[in-house]
Amino acid sequence: MDTTESIVTLTGLGLMGFVVWYFFFSARQTVSAVSSSGGVQQVDITVKGGYSPDVIEVERGRPVQLSFYRAEENSCSEELLFPDFSIRRALPAFQTTLVEVLPDKPGRFEFTCGMGMLRGSLVVK
Amino acid sequence: MEPSTKTETETLDIEGMTCASCASFVEKSLSRTPGVQRAVVNFATEKATVDYLPAEASPATLKEAVVKAGYGVLERAPDTSAADRQAELDQQKARAYQQLKRRFWVATGLALIIMPLSMLMLWPALMARISMPALNYVLLILTLPVLLYSGREFYSSAWNGFKHRAANMDTLIAVGTGAAFLYSLAATVAPGFFTSRGLLPEVYYDTTATIIALILLGKVLELRAKTQTSAAIRTLMGLQAKTARVVRPGGQEVDVPIEQVQEGDVVVVRPGEKVATDGVVLDGHSAVDEAMLTGESLPVEKKPGDAVFGATLNKTGSFRFQVTKIGAATMLAQIVKLVEDAQGSRAPIQRLADKVSAVFVPTVVCVAILTFVLWFDLAPVESRLPLALVNFVAVLIIACPCALGLATPTAIMVSTGKGAENGVLVRNAEALEKAYQVNTVLLDKTGTITRGEPTVTDLLTTPGQDAATLLARVAAVERLSEHPLAEAVVRYAEAQQLTLPTATGFRAVEGRGAAATVEGQSVLIGNRRLLTEQDISLPPELLAQAEQLLGQAKTVLYVAVAGHSVAVLGVADTVRDTSAAAIRSLQQRGIEVVMMTGDNPQTAAEVARQVGITRYFAEVLPQDKASKVKELQAEGRTVAMVGDGINDAPALAQADIGLAMGAGTDVAMEAAGITLMRSDLRGVVTAIDLSRQTIRTIKQNLFFAFIYNTLGIPVAAGLLYPVFGVLLSPMLAAGAMALSSVSVLTNSLRLRAFSSR
Repeated sequence: MDTTESIVTLTGLGLMGFVVWYFFFSARQTVSAVSSSGGVQQVDITVKGGYSPDVIEVERGRPVQLSFYRAEENSCSEELLFPDFSIRRALPAFQTTLVEVLPDKPGRFEFTCGMGMLRGSLVVK
Repeated sequence: MEPSTKTETETLDIEGMTCASCASFVEKSLSRTPGVQRAVVNFATEKATVDYLPAEASPATLKEAVVKAGYGVLERAPDTSAADRQAELDQQKARAYQQLKRRFWVATGLALIIMPLSMLMLWPALMARISMPALNYVLLILTLPVLLYSGREFYSSAWNGFKHRAANMDTLIAVGTGAAFLYSLAATVAPGFFTSRGLLPEVYYDTTATIIALILLGKVLELRAKTQTSAAIRTLMGLQAKTARVVRPGGQEVDVPIEQVQEGDVVVVRPGEKVATDGVVLDGHSAVDEAMLTGESLPVEKKPGDAVFGATLNKTGSFRFQVTKIGAATMLAQIVKLVEDAQGSRAPIQRLADKVSAVFVPTVVCVAILTFVLWFDLAPVESRLPLALVNFVAVLIIACPCALGLATPTAIMVSTGKGAENGVLVRNAEALEKAYQVNTVLLDKTGTITRGEPTVTDLLTTPGQDAATLLARVAAVERLSEHPLAEAVVRYAEAQQLTLPTATGFRAVEGRGAAATVEGQSVLIGNRRLLTEQDISLPPELLAQAEQLLGQAKTVLYVAVAGHSVAVLGVADTVRDTSAAAIRSLQQRGIEVVMMTGDNPQTAAEVARQVGITRYFAEVLPQDKASKVKELQAEGRTVAMVGDGINDAPALAQADIGLAMGAGTDVAMEAAGITLMRSDLRGVVTAIDLSRQTIRTIKQNLFFAFIYNTLGIPVAAGLLYPVFGVLLSPMLAAGAMALSSVSVLTNSLRLRAFSSR
């Protein structure tokens, strides 16, 4: 193995390690819901190549209102799926779409884009 | 003069309501606002109608109340009903589609120039006259628009995703084409760097442009197919009537927008018009086409007292009805809601695909890097860099997470829509999957196999009696009674279009029957005891006929006129015309059909014989229905329970899949995985056929998506090269990738051809 090959091999392995760490193990942005006067827990989520924040903590038993603002036209994010609550919603570009759920049991509930590539989760405590 | 008691009405467009509970929340908030007399919020139309005292409240305070509740009020601009918003969304999608097509054509046009130019090097004689570096610059200039205009979305999406630690299909395309382009760029700008190391400064502009063009072609086809998957629900939403002809208290008829119609209003429907909303017919007579809601192709007769449903089409007559339900409570809105919910649900069969797609893209990126490293390390020095690069790009491009992601949901969307079209409402994807596994169907006899209401089957008179006259007299008495058997007699007489005389001195005899005077003669109708207690004897021939009717498990009504028995009537719950055929269809599909009934074994046996059922449970008490389901399940069967009444709910819930039938009660519909809009057992066959076709399609899709990726990626990585010397060109990889998701979609769309025959 010559020097170039060694460099390429090490760089490759390093990149693979980075990809695995970055996409699977690095810390996520977690946000807790803000309660409105009416007792509704509200969270604003921006949709642009992903959901930010993508981990949302809410309390159990009180309605949750997620406002998804889709800040792009990319078709990947045009649909929102929230299977545990039987929700499939179209998110129009550059508009806010409200999604309301009532989490009645604790747990982690995933929401994804139409093809399951973009992911976020609702953590019910 | 009391100006303060005069109310004003304001209609507000509420923004942000996503469910019926939001609507009631807004309604409560508005009702509590000082000065508000009445507030009604319609979830479907997203409008609040508020009656308020102008002295105490104003549109501004109303708006404030809505905002305080956490919702918004749209300024009274253009009408924004759900249908209008859907139209706007469609428009936005159409624009996106046009733009995508433009980007595709630009990429294709340029790729068609770039490809032949890149191939010039195949003719050495020609190449000798052209400066290679100059040609590379020309290619670079031609490729830039493909990258920056046509392919821009891939890069921005990949970058946005990367910032969110998310990777999607665009990531793969961006990295793949980006790598090919950057390598080519380096070879164009600094060819010396390559030649000094003994490498040919090769460029891959044709690869870059062609990949982008092909992926865009895939996207164009995919988008076109995707809009068709949700066509059914758009059709359903479009069915809602826009206006209603309301009869004002003064008697004049006014056309009003549908959102202003209130419960209790009286609405006129003329021939050829749509029924505006749900209600009960007050007067008039007509036939209504309900196919859009129930799938029933024959128009349904409507007379006073019958329920009518919004969005159905009035055919011949005209009638007036009183509104009982509006907005989200209507049948149409509930169907739309149910179908939408089902389309948003996840099928258990999808679980594996979900798990795979969650880790798919980063894994593929790792495989691609590994491919690069291995090729670089193992290939001959002079060709290792181009080989490593080409295979790296091919792996990234051929991988298609889309096919995996689309496999299940698209089939579920098409089939739930198709189901609604045929009067089969599926609660969720899981129900469809369960229905697929069913091998035993348990039918609750009353209301499913039979009509669930008594019908007169026989009228036997003593010699010399005119049957028609007698029936008219009996029906005249029974018309005044409220007993279900009496209703059956009246229906029977009406069906023969008899004119009923007037009965006087009506008297109901508790637990026996009824008596009255008709045309000067006393008429008695009821059970045997009624006659015995009046000391009226039964002639032997009537007695024999009554015995025979009883032997057929029918209920017998005895008639006496002027103190003499003159006739017996046989009444029974009759089998629906379609039941036997439907049961036969189920049996032909290898499904065992079992019947359960509260009737005695004799009646049960008779009905079972009529419809071709061999196994049945008789004398089942309502509370034991669920345990009968358990009993069958204990035999290792996957049981579908078909029922219609409230006391079926536990059994429907216990079964592997519950099917609630016809105008079934809400409770039964809640407990059922599938609701059949028509009181017709053929719906069960349709539901099972639909589930079988859907699951078959999903399995094909998943198989294809998994096989495609598990074969495609190793081939692209060059696994076949050591043995067969085969390498996959990244351009071919792009073609395969574009076609893979389109094939999955097309396969799902084949479900549109499903018919309930």
